[in-house]
Amino acid sequence: MSATPLLELRGIDKSFGPVQVLRDVALTVHPGEVTALVGDNGAGKSTLVKCISGIHPIDAGEFLFNGEPVHIGSPRDAATLGIEVVYQDLALCDNLDIVQNMFLGREKRSGIVLDEPTMEQLAAETLAGLSIRTVTSLRQHVSSLSGGQRQTVAIAKAVLWNSKLVILDEPTAALGVAQTAQVLELVRRLADNGLAVVLISHNMNDVFAVSDRIAALYLGQMVAQVKTTDITHAQVVELITAGRSGGLGLATDPGSNGDGPQPADSISGGVR
Amino acid sequence: MTTTAVRKDGPAAVTPPPTVGGHARTYLSRVRGGDVGALPAVLGLIVLCTVFAIMRPSSFLSAGNFANLFTQGAAVTLIAMGLVFVLLLGEIDLSAGFASGVCAAVLANVVTVLGYPWWVAVLAAIATGVVIGTTLGMLVAKIGIPSFVVTLAGFLAFQGVVLLLVKEGTNISVRDEVLVAIANRNLAPTVGWALTAVAVVGYAAVQLLRHRTRVARGLITDPIAVVALRIGGLAVILGTAVYVLNLERSRNVLISSLKGVPIVVPVIAVLLVIGTFVLQRTSYGRHIYAVGGNREAARRAGIEVDRIRISVFMICSSMAAIGGIVAASRANSVDPNTGGSNVLLYAVGAAVIGGTSLFGGKGRVLDAVLGGAVVAVIENGMGLMGYSAGVKYVVTGVVLLLAASVDALSRRRAAATGTR
Repeated sequence: MSATPLLELRGIDKSFGPVQVLRDVALTVHPGEVTALVGDNGAGKSTLVKCISGIHPIDAGEFLFNGEPVHIGSPRDAATLGIEVVYQDLALCDNLDIVQNMFLGREKRSGIVLDEPTMEQLAAETLAGLSIRTVTSLRQHVSSLSGGQRQTVAIAKAVLWNSKLVILDEPTAALGVAQTAQVLELVRRLADNGLAVVLISHNMNDVFAVSDRIAALYLGQMVAQVKTTDITHAQVVELITAGRSGGLGLATDPGSNGDGPQPADSISGGVR
Repeated sequence: MTTTAVRKDGPAAVTPPPTVGGHARTYLSRVRGGDVGALPAVLGLIVLCTVFAIMRPSSFLSAGNFANLFTQGAAVTLIAMGLVFVLLLGEIDLSAGFASGVCAAVLANVVTVLGYPWWVAVLAAIATGVVIGTTLGMLVAKIGIPSFVVTLAGFLAFQGVVLLLVKEGTNISVRDEVLVAIANRNLAPTVGWALTAVAVVGYAAVQLLRHRTRVARGLITDPIAVVALRIGGLAVILGTAVYVLNLERSRNVLISSLKGVPIVVPVIAVLLVIGTFVLQRTSYGRHIYAVGGNREAARRAGIEVDRIRISVFMICSSMAAIGGIVAASRANSVDPNTGGSNVLLYAVGAAVIGGTSLFGGKGRVLDAVLGGAVVAVIENGMGLMGYSAGVKYVVTGVVLLLAASVDALSRRRAAATGTR
């Protein structure tokens, strides 16, 4: 789509002690697009996200943000760049209201006093900008919201800070059908508003419903990053389970991996 | 305005229109949904006062007894106010009672044994509280020992420290004029009225200013009638209390005159205002609620959780120090039992009866004052009815259990109605 990707990762390595979790991972994320990050459990998706958001330091490799090399050493660095993560378990406080949650840790103040009117206005504007209509009062406690509404608040919280890149970790995992549709619509709207979105998901239907590109991780390696329109459902499943599919993915030599392609093939056959 | 636009898009039925009726309905539905707040404490206070007033009309309803309630309940209330901060995180401080004893013993030693002026002794006592709180907080937050165990150890150890400080069982008298005045002297009636006026005008100014800002910005706000009602309510309550306290309560006016607001009352009021301001209007207070509600979410929001945890123990022990100073002042002395026996349990009871949750994340400093009033009324009224200490303990225990079950049940109710 656009010439410079918003975020480009090159050759990212990450080990926890003797276990190499990410090896030579490359990823490009474009503004205005939803990039789906897929992979089986333990493929390294969460680790990759934590590296991008500054929670884990990387061992090797580089980050390019808007074409400029940057160093992300802490969550604060990531936030300064405009990277926001919406976690799987939401990270909202039940006993606080929507406005309080959206500004948690970054409250607007005048002097030492909290500036509630300004926060409430900004929160209302952000929700309106995302065409969120499911919330009746900004002053209701998060405990009274449904799962979908909570996810909406969590996403709106991420958008509030003029963020450029929003990473969503399994945003629909715990939601019902209608609520999933609602959240996916919101995800699409974020990208349409010009943000870069990375969506981690296990659900192929979700991935194909909203994403522009799909990046597949297999045992810590980025095996493919392709346009969603250029790939089929079955191919993605093969990439996730076997690391390759036809011309895509790893070369036939599986390298140093213990898991041979043989059993993986049979799994992908089963899925189909 | 965008704000109103968002609201109008929602289902109209749920959006409360800014009317008095609507406000009352929202409040009722909140209560039905399990968010009872201070309602049980207020109702309990009314019931208890009515019962005691009927049983002992002459003694319970006298102006002298009304003044007694404040001085009797002051120390426990002050400790409970500090405990609210710890309870908000879902932690507990069992050592607060004897911490107040230690601080009182330090006060007595500095002022009586070493002969320093009263303010040095007060500073020393509060500094002792800060040190105790920091130590407890560090052990809980940095080492990771459950607060129950740390403060239980503190409970035992501080009991011993008090004994050591008062030299094995003797008591140290506190004769300093200023210190004795805190719990035993009254404000001049005119000063009482002046402070009341300041409080009401200040509250009105804050409320009206907030109302105006919100209206000007087009935000949903409480109807002006409700705001006026709140201000009027405060004026009536404070006015009545000060009027009664300003009545002559000396048995023989010729010998001495005894009237006016006890000095501890403005002390508690000022600390109540400060505590409420910190919790409701500063980001530090917001962070306390956040850590109490969901510690992981608070951490991810960039809040320094450990620092918050240590700081609430510091606040709790410092408030306990102030409670200890008041207790020493009331008794004119410090003995090995200062801050001991039922003080801690009454303080925890006061906070919980007032509506502070033992599960964390919910509570206000005002809860401690309301709950402290309930505890003081039980203690006082049952004493007047001639019940033994045994009965008083049992009744207070039952009331505490009742309050804790209201807390647990309303929490369950809120969970059931919350996730619709």
